[in-house]
Amino acid sequence: MNWTMAMPEIMLAVCAMAILVFGVLRKPDPAFLCTMLSLGALVLAGVLVLGSDVGSAYRGLFVVDGFASYMKLLILVGAGLSAVLALDYNVQEGISRFEFPVLILLSTVGMMVMCSASSLMTLYMGLELQSLALYVLCAFARDELRSAESGLKFFVLGALASGLLLYGISLTYGFAGTMQFGELFRALATPDGVSAGLVVGMVFVVAGLAFKLSAVPFHMWTPDVYEGAPTPVTAFMSTAPKVAAIALLLRALEVPFGHITPQWTQLIVLVSIASMLLGSLAAIGQFNIKRLMAYSSIGHMGYALVGLAVGTADGIRGVLIYMATYVFMSAGVFACIIAMRRRGRQLEKIGDLAGLARSDPGLALAMAVFMFSMAGIPPFSGFFGKLYVFLPAVQSGYWTLAVIGVLTSVVGAFYYLRVIKVMYFDPAEPAFDPRPASLSFVAGVGALVTTLFFVFPAPLVAAAQQAARVLFG
Amino acid sequence: MTTIGVGHYLTVAAILLVLGTFGIFLNRKNVIIIMMSIELMLLAVNLNLVAFSSALNDLAGQVFALFVLTVAAAEAAIGLAIVVVYFRNRGSIEVEDVNLMKG
Repeated sequence: MNWTMAMPEIMLAVCAMAILVFGVLRKPDPAFLCTMLSLGALVLAGVLVLGSDVGSAYRGLFVVDGFASYMKLLILVGAGLSAVLALDYNVQEGISRFEFPVLILLSTVGMMVMCSASSLMTLYMGLELQSLALYVLCAFARDELRSAESGLKFFVLGALASGLLLYGISLTYGFAGTMQFGELFRALATPDGVSAGLVVGMVFVVAGLAFKLSAVPFHMWTPDVYEGAPTPVTAFMSTAPKVAAIALLLRALEVPFGHITPQWTQLIVLVSIASMLLGSLAAIGQFNIKRLMAYSSIGHMGYALVGLAVGTADGIRGVLIYMATYVFMSAGVFACIIAMRRRGRQLEKIGDLAGLARSDPGLALAMAVFMFSMAGIPPFSGFFGKLYVFLPAVQSGYWTLAVIGVLTSVVGAFYYLRVIKVMYFDPAEPAFDPRPASLSFVAGVGALVTTLFFVFPAPLVAAAQQAARVLFG
Repeated sequence: MTTIGVGHYLTVAAILLVLGTFGIFLNRKNVIIIMMSIELMLLAVNLNLVAFSSALNDLAGQVFALFVLTVAAAEAAIGLAIVVVYFRNRGSIEVEDVNLMKG
């Protein structure tokens, strides 16, 4: 039994608990210090992930490979950026408490376990650790009704999704006779191993994971929760958990259910098309920028799923590149949204951005970069993300998917470009409050990665290629 | 006389799961009832797991059932805490009152 394989997770969990104890004992509330300690723990976990060996541990319940490490690094980046975003926001909103970074750390541990899950049991435990911490984070502004309501909605629908997922797991276990991914893969190799009950179980599992991914038709919670939750939490929810859910979905469909591809491909194709359509059409009528980003994230998950529907190593590589570009874009956009503050009040309407190009050219430029990138306009990273997803789709003959994807990105470009139009061409509103350095840092990192991706794409593409190959043994 | 087989357990569990799901969607009164429905769903799954575990002669299902029980307890604790926070702000836990954001 090689328990050191799980060292990054164990270290992060121990750090989270140590920081919790430290926060409780130290007066007054050491929120800033705890955030810094948590960032240190995230960096340390990143170093451990980079240095980790490949192999499996805990009798095959837990696996560490290139794919898991790639996804874990993305999750750590997303969590770290969100924790930085929360630093000044929480102080300004009067919710600066040390529990915040601790909850982010615990949720991150859950996500890392999800990436390394190699049994349905590990999958479920990781997913629940991630979700339980997220429910609390959503309701973190506990004196604000909207935050409490978003927490309540997220909790009820999340628990429903967990129930469905769990039911799927129980059916899969019963009809295949095992919970381990490797043994499931072998059990399903022969047609005798595939029964109707097993396929039903798989559909339930996919439904539960699609909920965590906020893919249509399990998206209904997304706009409300995104709008109500404190903005750094929204930033966190739109980056790290999405990566973890995609990682889980990729591994669960490619490894244990790798022999019954036809059964799940049509499911993923449907979910993907529906998400792309809803993400682009429903966002048009939105005035609240957080709701807009919610629909945008639904659409982005649809695009990422195109790569999974294709199912080849190239398609998976596309998904991995897409998620990497998406994490940086998304964190950057939310940094810009948090900077929308006038006379101490947080603003969320798209109209409040009017004339930003004159009052704060730097912020407007960063926002414009993210909007162009999300719309998929070259040379920004969002374009390459879409390219690496649509190209394998065309090569493998999934013409419909690629065409619908391109058409919906054209429709989606409308509302992204509208934000830019409001910032650059509408009559100016009064300037925003001066923005704290933490927001400039995150927006800067996001904008740099998004703009410069096309100059140095090779390292990321190579890493994604390597990670994608792992799933195909 | 018929013997009780795994199929019977599966049927009961499926009925419980459907009851739980409908309890969440059709219930228009109280958030606490929603939480009870969620528990019902998790218990249905537990029944499934234990039945399969016994039929397959494999302990993993029962171990999983224990995990599910533990997680359900944590989930109920967090859910009730959120309901308390919500009640303090809104003064009601009627499902129809959870309507501040629409979309």
